Amino acid sequence: MSAILVQAPGLFTTVQDLGREGFGPIGVSASGAADPMSLRIGNRLVGNPDGVAALEMTLVGGAFRFERAAVIAVTGSDFGPSLDGVALPMWTSIEIREGGTVKFGASRSGARAYLCIRGGIAVEPFLGSASTHVLSGLGGFEGRALRKGDRVKLGAANSPFRKSALSPKALESLQPRKVIRVTDGPQSDWFAESSRKALCGNTFRISEQSNRMGIRLEGPPIQLEASREMITEGVSLGAIQVPPSGHPIILFVEQQTTGGYPKIANVISADVHSLGQFRPRDEIRFERVEMSEARSLLIQQEALLASRELIQE
Amino acid sequence: MRKSIASEPQFRAASDQSLLVYLGEEIALENHQRVLKLLRLLQSEPIDGIRNLHPAYSSLLIKFDPLRLDHDELQSKLIPYLGRLDREPLPAPREVEIPVCYGGEFGPDLTDVAQMHGMTAAQVIELHSSPIYVVYFLGFAPGFGYLGGLPAALPSARLETPRAKVPQGSVGIGGNQTGVYPFSTPGGWRLIGRTPVAMFRRDANPMSLLQIGDHVRFRAISEGEFTDLAGR
Repeated sequence: MSAILVQAPGLFTTVQDLGREGFGPIGVSASGAADPMSLRIGNRLVGNPDGVAALEMTLVGGAFRFERAAVIAVTGSDFGPSLDGVALPMWTSIEIREGGTVKFGASRSGARAYLCIRGGIAVEPFLGSASTHVLSGLGGFEGRALRKGDRVKLGAANSPFRKSALSPKALESLQPRKVIRVTDGPQSDWFAESSRKALCGNTFRISEQSNRMGIRLEGPPIQLEASREMITEGVSLGAIQVPPSGHPIILFVEQQTTGGYPKIANVISADVHSLGQFRPRDEIRFERVEMSEARSLLIQQEALLASRELIQE
Repeated sequence: MRKSIASEPQFRAASDQSLLVYLGEEIALENHQRVLKLLRLLQSEPIDGIRNLHPAYSSLLIKFDPLRLDHDELQSKLIPYLGRLDREPLPAPREVEIPVCYGGEFGPDLTDVAQMHGMTAAQVIELHSSPIYVVYFLGFAPGFGYLGGLPAALPSARLETPRAKVPQGSVGIGGNQTGVYPFSTPGGWRLIGRTPVAMFRRDANPMSLLQIGDHVRFRAISEGEFTDLAGR
């Protein structure tokens, strides 16, 4: 069985695909890539379907030795990738000979980089997905982040493959945003007008406590208009919940499925991938949009992903 | 605010890809049963474009594919389902017994909870293990059941500072809720005991020991029995 050998795991490297939907009734959230856009494009560059499992690296990447020849693409943030000591371009497919070592360093831009490999990472699916759910230790590679010495199996690839690269124009329009667009949350009207304005007027800082479950924000606290009793309810990806401290938490990919804090706003679907690229201490701002605009922004984004101009051969 | 009569369902957009359906305004068995009925109907007769369902006490969050549905379309597709809730039967609940070793290192907050209510630890154990609880829903983490039916004498304020790591299997009380932590997670509930039984196992079918709607009873066991059961 062909595999890659983890020579160095990096800070926090997990197997991720596009997650598992449909298990909210047993308390299991979708999980999946923190920057699904980068995963999808990486997979296309190596001739995989969008949702094939890849390695998601966080802030500092690892070193991986290929036990067989492979085709890879590196997407997401720039972790200074190299192949046997020679710098590698990103957002393009690269052929690797047997024995080649791909190495990453510390991020030079955002929080996450993806190593996508033709055929994908082969792990036993848990509830239909290869994604690692770190909190419960389920899915992915033994339910955990990779460690030195792990041998991660590669899947087989049968379809024909042609070398390709993301078009510079598409790369530019898919750059992660620093101003995140939000729609009203289900409890927006529990907050004073001034609090809602504060969310979109102030600059917040990403806390060191942030992870794939939740992105914690530091900044001027957001006040509830009046203390009201909240009954725990289902929560959505990107919900901006405000606990009594007033410091908002954005529920992220490995979110809890239900929660008891009021939600002032919700990140739009088209901007979720940008959330995955914020690093601790980065600044983040919010801009309110109507539901209809959120929807058309997503439609535009998907149209770009479906367009022939996305990838050049 | 507090109404016990079954009111008309309320809809609220939670995000551009999710809709909250409120089937009541309080934590009550009747509201739970309406949530469960809607969940079961949507599972047995799925609506195209729905991706996920997050049931809770008196609401259901529906996550959908925003490229295939919008809130208004989904809402109108839900109307016939909602119209059937009153006559939709529910199956007899499953009965689940959870053995719990109360107190000691397994239940570090048991004496605090007893003091809070002016009881002895034994009285807390007796009270906690006497009712039949209902699994109102699973949420927070995989297999975590929110149980309704905590005796009126036991509600206990959450810890001011949540624990960073609650041991797997811990049984806790948080406000008027009680439940078992299936995994070692952060948690702010007061821990009164621990079960040796796995609450979530990927090699079990179903994976989650508890399912929404189940009836649950806690049975007090000794440390010896805990060790025996844990070894199995």
